[in-house]
Amino acid sequence: MTDISMSDHAVTGKTAPPAEARSMRLPTQWLGVAPFFIFAIMFLILPTLYLMLGAFQNEAGEFTFENIAALAQPSIIAAYWISIKVSLASSLIGAFAGLAIAIAIVRGGLPEWIRSATLTFSGVASNFAGVPLAFAFLATLGRLGLATVILNTLFGLNIYAHGFNILSFWGLTLTYVYFQIPLMVVIIVPAIDGLKKEWGEAAATLGATMAQYWRMVVIPVIWPSFLGTVILLFANAFGAIATAYALTGSSLNIVPILLYAQIRGDVLHNAHLGYAIAFGMIFITGLANVFYIWFRTRSERWLK
Amino acid sequence: MKSGKFWAWLVFALGAAYFFIPLIATVEFSMRMRRGEYSFDAYKVVLGDARFQATFGYSVLAAVFTIILGVLIVVPAAYWIRLRLPQLRPIVEFITLLPLVIPAIVIVFGYIRMYGSNSPLPFLATDTGTNALLVIGYATLALPYMYRAVDTGLRTIDVRTLTEAAQILGAGWGTIITRVILPNVLIAVLSGAFLTFAIVIGEFTMASLLNRPAFGPYLQNIGANRAYEPAALAIIAFAITWGCMSLIQILSRFAPRSANRPN
Amino acid sequence: MADPFLSIQHVRKSFGATTVVEDFNLDVESGEFVSFLGPSGCGKTTVLRMVAGFEEPSAGKIVVSGKDITRLKPNQRNVGMVFQAYALFPNLTVAQNIGFGLKVVGMPRADIDARVAEMLGIIKLPQMADRYPYQLSGGQQQRIALARAIAPKPKLLLLDEPLSALDAKVRVSLREEIRSIQKKLGITTIFVTHDQEEALSISDRIAVMYGGKAEQVGTPFEIYNRPATKFVANFVGTLNVLEGTVTDPAAGTVRVNSEQISLQGKLNGSKSGDTLSLALRPEAISLGRQPGRDSSLSGEISEVHFLGSVIRVRVGIGGSTVSLDTFNSPATPPPAVGEKAEISFSSSDMLVLH
Repeated sequence: MTDISMSDHAVTGKTAPPAEARSMRLPTQWLGVAPFFIFAIMFLILPTLYLMLGAFQNEAGEFTFENIAALAQPSIIAAYWISIKVSLASSLIGAFAGLAIAIAIVRGGLPEWIRSATLTFSGVASNFAGVPLAFAFLATLGRLGLATVILNTLFGLNIYAHGFNILSFWGLTLTYVYFQIPLMVVIIVPAIDGLKKEWGEAAATLGATMAQYWRMVVIPVIWPSFLGTVILLFANAFGAIATAYALTGSSLNIVPILLYAQIRGDVLHNAHLGYAIAFGMIFITGLANVFYIWFRTRSERWLK
Repeated sequence: MKSGKFWAWLVFALGAAYFFIPLIATVEFSMRMRRGEYSFDAYKVVLGDARFQATFGYSVLAAVFTIILGVLIVVPAAYWIRLRLPQLRPIVEFITLLPLVIPAIVIVFGYIRMYGSNSPLPFLATDTGTNALLVIGYATLALPYMYRAVDTGLRTIDVRTLTEAAQILGAGWGTIITRVILPNVLIAVLSGAFLTFAIVIGEFTMASLLNRPAFGPYLQNIGANRAYEPAALAIIAFAITWGCMSLIQILSRFAPRSANRPN
Repeated sequence: MADPFLSIQHVRKSFGATTVVEDFNLDVESGEFVSFLGPSGCGKTTVLRMVAGFEEPSAGKIVVSGKDITRLKPNQRNVGMVFQAYALFPNLTVAQNIGFGLKVVGMPRADIDARVAEMLGIIKLPQMADRYPYQLSGGQQQRIALARAIAPKPKLLLLDEPLSALDAKVRVSLREEIRSIQKKLGITTIFVTHDQEEALSISDRIAVMYGGKAEQVGTPFEIYNRPATKFVANFVGTLNVLEGTVTDPAAGTVRVNSEQISLQGKLNGSKSGDTLSLALRPEAISLGRQPGRDSSLSGEISEVHFLGSVIRVRVGIGGSTVSLDTFNSPATPPPAVGEKAEISFSSSDMLVLH
């Protein structure tokens, strides 16, 4: 192994171009990454900035806080609130359920095929979102859905009579969880694989109980990946619209649906209010990320 | 030990129930179109629908263009960053994560305002321009996945050493890219491509807001107006996603394994 | 005789249909340093893991200080263990790692700090207390792991190939350090290794293992000089093997490549015409006739390797080759390939492998 890395250095040394050659080559180097940066600036960063700035301008292009202040009307606040609730609930349920499944398949002593089958299925289900997912849940928990009918005929439990509605907060949350759990599984399994078996054995020989080992080692080690994934799940749910729109039409007024209606028909009769709504969405997902980065740099000094 | 195994099975069983019941329910529902017996009528109706064929074809085409655009943007950038510009890596990784934070609806809203008919770059003034903008939007959505796939592929083959070895043997840049790098990252690029396909094929938000005749808006429209066809469409969409993921899995078996990395 | 400190009695371990350890017996005295030496898959690590409590023996029992611990959980056994891959907790500092075993039993903070400081002194890394594992070299990490294992004052220290992941130089210095700390603390230690030099250099006794059984248990001197089986002879040290034919069982003469040598009393009832494998350590052979060596054979020098302080010479004798080491003496030129040479040795050093 040593001789390979030595020959590596030798090769690098020999091919390092002389000074003039390097300055000649500089433009070509940037040429390779230029399409990426041009694309990112034109179609990702500028459009976003355009909306951000528009949120602080009035029709005449002057700076103002009016649009942001206008977000404080009850219907918009309600929309943000229900969005935050659905996103938070679905990301937390998805995260804990996904973590439990990941631990079960990695550390639970289940047969190997269960692990690979679960990972494959998670890859599929985490991408099975949008309109078709809404159809699947309507067929399951809608008024005529299979689960609804079976619960009613076999157990005499009419979930709709008990206040459940697929077009409600819990209906939407339960549907979102269908892609949130597998996403958590896909992301967190490598982190759990990274927990070395020897750590548990070392802790055991040092007299630690299972609970102590989890509290002092496992949870602190997994925590950063876990929290990062929760943030990702939150953003994932917060921006999602297709599932909710196909499921509930516009009966459940979450923020993306409100924005969608605004873009289609300018229902709020003020384009700049639309910008402000978009700004609010990015502000919330951005805030979640800033919190995550702040937390991680503060508490995880042991991470390289 | 024993009880741990019990809990693992229990968690797995609960998870499996949650994930399989909706699939079973959807299959069952999709076959209820003919009164009193199970049939594949809903599938026949859906597959025979001219609008299904047209919108599905449109979305497949959009996906293909998205993949081509994504490859053209991502592969050179990822390669150069591995090879010569590692200092740009944090910036590029940050940018590729942005689409996970900025909702698609916000991105497309920005497009509509920035590239409208009266703007300096009037993408939305023509049909072709709007189609192009849809493909561009899809490429931004797929950016995180495409970049990750390609970058992982480049890491396992150790591009730097391969490139330098090729240079020492006298290869020019054309030869290096076409004969050395591309064949080795092809599997990774294809994985990214199938993932992109799975994301793009049923996409609703962008297509709907740009008024494109794509599969996603068609699905939504059927959902609002029909009873059994949506269930059949959901199963078809699930099968497509499953197909894409299976292809990625099969491809990963052919991925080059690193031979000479000392770890 | 007093009861041994650790007694491993008729221990057997099977995983499904494969038996990894069969009928393993060993008594270890208090304060003793015993190595399990053997190739990979010989069952040495499995025996160690049974002592630690990670594997349950299929049969037999393990007794420590007269108490049967066979069914105890690992965290009830009061053993310290060091792993090949260090296994330091990445989220804890060096001091927190060392103090881990003290904290989990609820020792007061001040006592933990004092004990951790003492341990850091013993392993000579007092300035590392606040570092994280990723900031340390492999050798430093393994010393921390050792300190962590002995901080709770375990009755028994188990070392599972602790040096295998380290560079050659660090390996030698760390093994000497392990041995001196072990002696100073008087802690009973089992050391698993596949490296015979390691085992020979630091052990009180060695158990050479092969195929799930202890082939021989003895001091390094006994293992090296009086290997009990062919496997032990081959596995421990370099061995030159010559084919010989018994010519006269009564007089103990054997013919090797048309020369006669006498091996009085070593033939163990072999008959005339039997073929024997005769083994010699390189250091038991001299080049040229030497006083005190009663036997000799002639051949031709086939290879000469200059290794610094010694010169390794290979001499072809008939169809076989014999390696021997001569000291480098700056005044005399080294032997040359192709020269005729005579090798001499004491017949008492020759091992007859049956």
